[in-house]
Amino acid sequence: MVYENPDGVRIGLEIHIQLNKLKTKMFCGCSTDYHNAAPNTHTCPVCLGLPGALPVLNKKVVEAAIKVGLALEGEIAEETQFHRKNYFYPDLPKGYQITQYDFPIVSNGKIVIEGEDGEHTVGITRAHMEEDPGKLVHIGSIEKSKGVLIDYNRSGVTLIETVTEPDMRSPKEARRFLDKFRNILEYLDVFDGNLEGAMRVDANVSVHWGTRVEVKNISSHKGVERALLYEIMRQKNVIRRGGKVSQETRHFDEGRGVTLSMRTKEEAEDYRYFREPDLMPMRITDWIPAIKETLPELPDAKRARFIEQYGITDMHAKSLTSKIMLADFYEGVCAKGVDPKIAATWTADVFLGELNYRDLAISSYDGEKIGFIHAKDPRIKNSIKVSDMVELVNLFAEGKISDRAAVEVIRTMLDTAEEKTPFQIIEEKGLFKAEDDLVTKAVAETIAENEAAVQDYLGGTEKSLNFLVGQVMKKTKGTADAKTARDLIIKELKG
Amino acid sequence: MAKWMSVAQVKEKIEENSAEEVTAQYLEVIGKSKINGYITVSEKALEQAKKIDAEGHNGPLAGVPIAIKDNISVVGLPNSCGSKILEGYIPPFNAHVIEKLLAAGAVILGKTNMDEFAMGSSTETSYFGPTANPWDRERVPGGSSGGSAAVVAAGEAPFALGSDTGGSVRCPAAFCGVVGLKPTYGSVSRYGVVAYANSLEQVGPLANNVTDIAVLMDVIAGYDHKDSTSIDSKIEYQKALVEDVKGLKIGVPKEFFGEGIHPDVEKAVWNAIHKCEDLGASWEEVSMPHIKYALASYYIIAMSEASSNLARFDGTRYGYRASGENWHAMVSKTRAEGFGTEVKRRILLGTYALSAGYHDKYYLKALKVRTLVKQDFDRALSKVDVLMAPTMPNPAFKIGEKIEDPLTLYLSDVNTCPINLAGVPSLSVPCGFTDGLPIGLQIMGKPFDEPAVLRAAYTFEQNTDYHTKRPSEVA
Amino acid sequence: MITKEDVEHIGWLARIEISEQETVEYMEKLNSVLGYFGQLDELPTEDVAPTYHVAEIYNVFREDVVEECLPQEVVLANTEHKQDGAFRVPKIG
Repeated sequence: MVYENPDGVRIGLEIHIQLNKLKTKMFCGCSTDYHNAAPNTHTCPVCLGLPGALPVLNKKVVEAAIKVGLALEGEIAEETQFHRKNYFYPDLPKGYQITQYDFPIVSNGKIVIEGEDGEHTVGITRAHMEEDPGKLVHIGSIEKSKGVLIDYNRSGVTLIETVTEPDMRSPKEARRFLDKFRNILEYLDVFDGNLEGAMRVDANVSVHWGTRVEVKNISSHKGVERALLYEIMRQKNVIRRGGKVSQETRHFDEGRGVTLSMRTKEEAEDYRYFREPDLMPMRITDWIPAIKETLPELPDAKRARFIEQYGITDMHAKSLTSKIMLADFYEGVCAKGVDPKIAATWTADVFLGELNYRDLAISSYDGEKIGFIHAKDPRIKNSIKVSDMVELVNLFAEGKISDRAAVEVIRTMLDTAEEKTPFQIIEEKGLFKAEDDLVTKAVAETIAENEAAVQDYLGGTEKSLNFLVGQVMKKTKGTADAKTARDLIIKELKG
Repeated sequence: MAKWMSVAQVKEKIEENSAEEVTAQYLEVIGKSKINGYITVSEKALEQAKKIDAEGHNGPLAGVPIAIKDNISVVGLPNSCGSKILEGYIPPFNAHVIEKLLAAGAVILGKTNMDEFAMGSSTETSYFGPTANPWDRERVPGGSSGGSAAVVAAGEAPFALGSDTGGSVRCPAAFCGVVGLKPTYGSVSRYGVVAYANSLEQVGPLANNVTDIAVLMDVIAGYDHKDSTSIDSKIEYQKALVEDVKGLKIGVPKEFFGEGIHPDVEKAVWNAIHKCEDLGASWEEVSMPHIKYALASYYIIAMSEASSNLARFDGTRYGYRASGENWHAMVSKTRAEGFGTEVKRRILLGTYALSAGYHDKYYLKALKVRTLVKQDFDRALSKVDVLMAPTMPNPAFKIGEKIEDPLTLYLSDVNTCPINLAGVPSLSVPCGFTDGLPIGLQIMGKPFDEPAVLRAAYTFEQNTDYHTKRPSEVA
Repeated sequence: MITKEDVEHIGWLARIEISEQETVEYMEKLNSVLGYFGQLDELPTEDVAPTYHVAEIYNVFREDVVEECLPQEVVLANTEHKQDGAFRVPKIG
């Protein structure tokens, strides 16, 4: 099957990610751990741009950028350097941003995604290092702002800007690209996507191979898909009405789900790039072999290994490797000698499904427990231990609990902060599978008490059997195995 | 107490009396100043001297007072850069060189006047008014470190720090009859020094004699991990103070004696070269064909870098702020009112030189010419140990004489700015007078060969008496 | 040659408000300086590499070690325009 791309959609992305796993900012020793801090408490003369302060590059920034470049199968520049991008904005304390221009550290990479018609390669034009500006808070709304408050805690945090080729053919592909990209970055341990503002995306999109429109400042993966769906529809409508799509920059209004034309500036900006004279160029090709050595197993390789090693399905392997922390958790569970296939079902299908249902995102794994946090409200967080999952899988595998009970245990563990083992939860809730004589007793009672239904069933009404099974379940408070109950009733009535 | 003292004499005085007394005496002289050399006199100087007395005189500069150019950050003292736009700004951190001075025990007397953001050769563009030349108060002290040179010449500080982007230490040294050194690029940390043109400038010492230049360099030079352009040269400057030029090869670049040079300046410089010859050195003419393009190249690069460096002065976080209906209007107004005319001209020219369509014609071209100028230096200095030439083609001019025409003012840097393009060390030492105004001899060396420069300067100084002459009017 | 429009444009790029009258003055002064810079045109430089920096240094880094930040009150000490620990400026556009 070949994807026809009926609307001639071309999407390219420009993604800014913060290297928020580094301890310090790009050019100074200020901590990057500012997310819950009061404004302007994580700053120094360098990131405030005080007169006379000078930048000195964090070595880990370059190592991380090389890692990213290698993971994207890109070329690492033999010589690379920084430039100044000159423009005025209140979040930019020096009046210029230190970034890279014609010698980016990474070029010509790629990511293979699951496209509309199977494997699809998205080219990475370049990836470069640059500094994050501060954060602005508008008093009132942006449109009716009475003033702006500036917090420079974020100023100087490292960003990697990645630019793709316009290779994506649908919003879904764009989202899949971002999911995969984020996953790779988390595998590399340079990035924590759960932190606010960790990933920011600009997208350029055109339909019918026409004029490109840039949509700025989208902050979530879902946002990208929504913004692109809207923008494609808008462009198609413009064309259908006989108009022409004009080349412009639009802003995505996340609340309303629409893209809005940004007021054109009085005059076009001219960034006047020139080489940053306060920083020296870098020659880092001899670092590459050592960094290659430290590269972790990446998602695609891990997925293949999981299928091979654990004998699980590709669907499970894909799902389990979609997050490094989940993959590690799964392997932690398997290492305890449980059945890997059953563990895969309970981890990939049930556990992950219940997390998604609750809008919880996996945020940590420390070898003993996997942590998750609410996507919108960071106060809601919880964790599940490896030992808990092992216990649960074993109880299920040994037939001591029903699958319904196992789901109930996982839900309970996600919804309560109390530290209880699955065994404790099962005991408290009485979820152990009922003893056989208990079920037999319930079947006998049910048959005696529901003569009409029994007659209907014997008269050929199959529905009545379901009713009788339900009655047995009721009597055993759900601990009976439904299939066992059914078999027993049939045996009792038809011999 | 003698008004002009070498650092050694100051240290003697401190041992005889106290650091407090010596500082008090300098403050008294400053109090009677007629030259407007200081923008800020430190109220903490006496306190600092007292503390040094109490702690015992540790450190190579224990209790020795020093004046600091007002673009070098000192905690607690305003750092105006001679501009209105930094009104009220007090840096919360010390420049690296200040940390080193404080560790050596130096007492900071105050912050000296300068051309606004070091953009000028006369100290007339300062928001705080011009500084007068101690030799003739109707004349400029040179610039941009005019305040630092003038206070040293007037006995208001034993020595001082300036900064040299295109001659800003050497020009005022020549005009005020003191010694000034622009060290090799990378020798002295730029951390905490407000940038004018990052790839060109260095902090440099100004003093009454060559010895004190070396004393100060031994304190301020050295590697600083906070400045990525810093280089560990491991030079011991005072060890270079050898009174012997036998075998020293001097190159005389004829391009530095171009048209418009004052005949007395030419004569004084040749006398100096011959003096060195008498003392055992040899000299030869060398050719540096691209020197005539250096000035244009220098100004394009300096203005381009400056246009970016000065973008941070937007009224948002510190300094002067005008009112405006929105942020961009506020910034445009703040900068229009906060910067002086010359600074604005240079920002505009630098902005133009980097802008789309002109980047290659001006900025890139200037960088290529810089290569040619640097090659001239490499070639010339491969044959000789040092180069000698006039620091300034003319003696100090009258206040107001050149300020109206930027180009005329720029042309006075013709002999000093090529050195910054090449990054080599260069020192100006007094070598004569014309109509009572000092003349400076410029001695240039190979990168990190300050020892050869200091040796030549020291030997010349020890065998002449120009450095003992003092301006009468302020004495 | 710089025109009046050029002066206005670079004034906007550099965020320096320039009055009508100043525009003409700047135009004249800047043109005289640019005229002087024009002398570089006579020098052939096709085969010359630019010198961005005289110091041929590569790979200057610091380690990823946390250092102390400035206290908030020190950060805000140089301005009157502050609110809730932040710098306050007029609306942007």
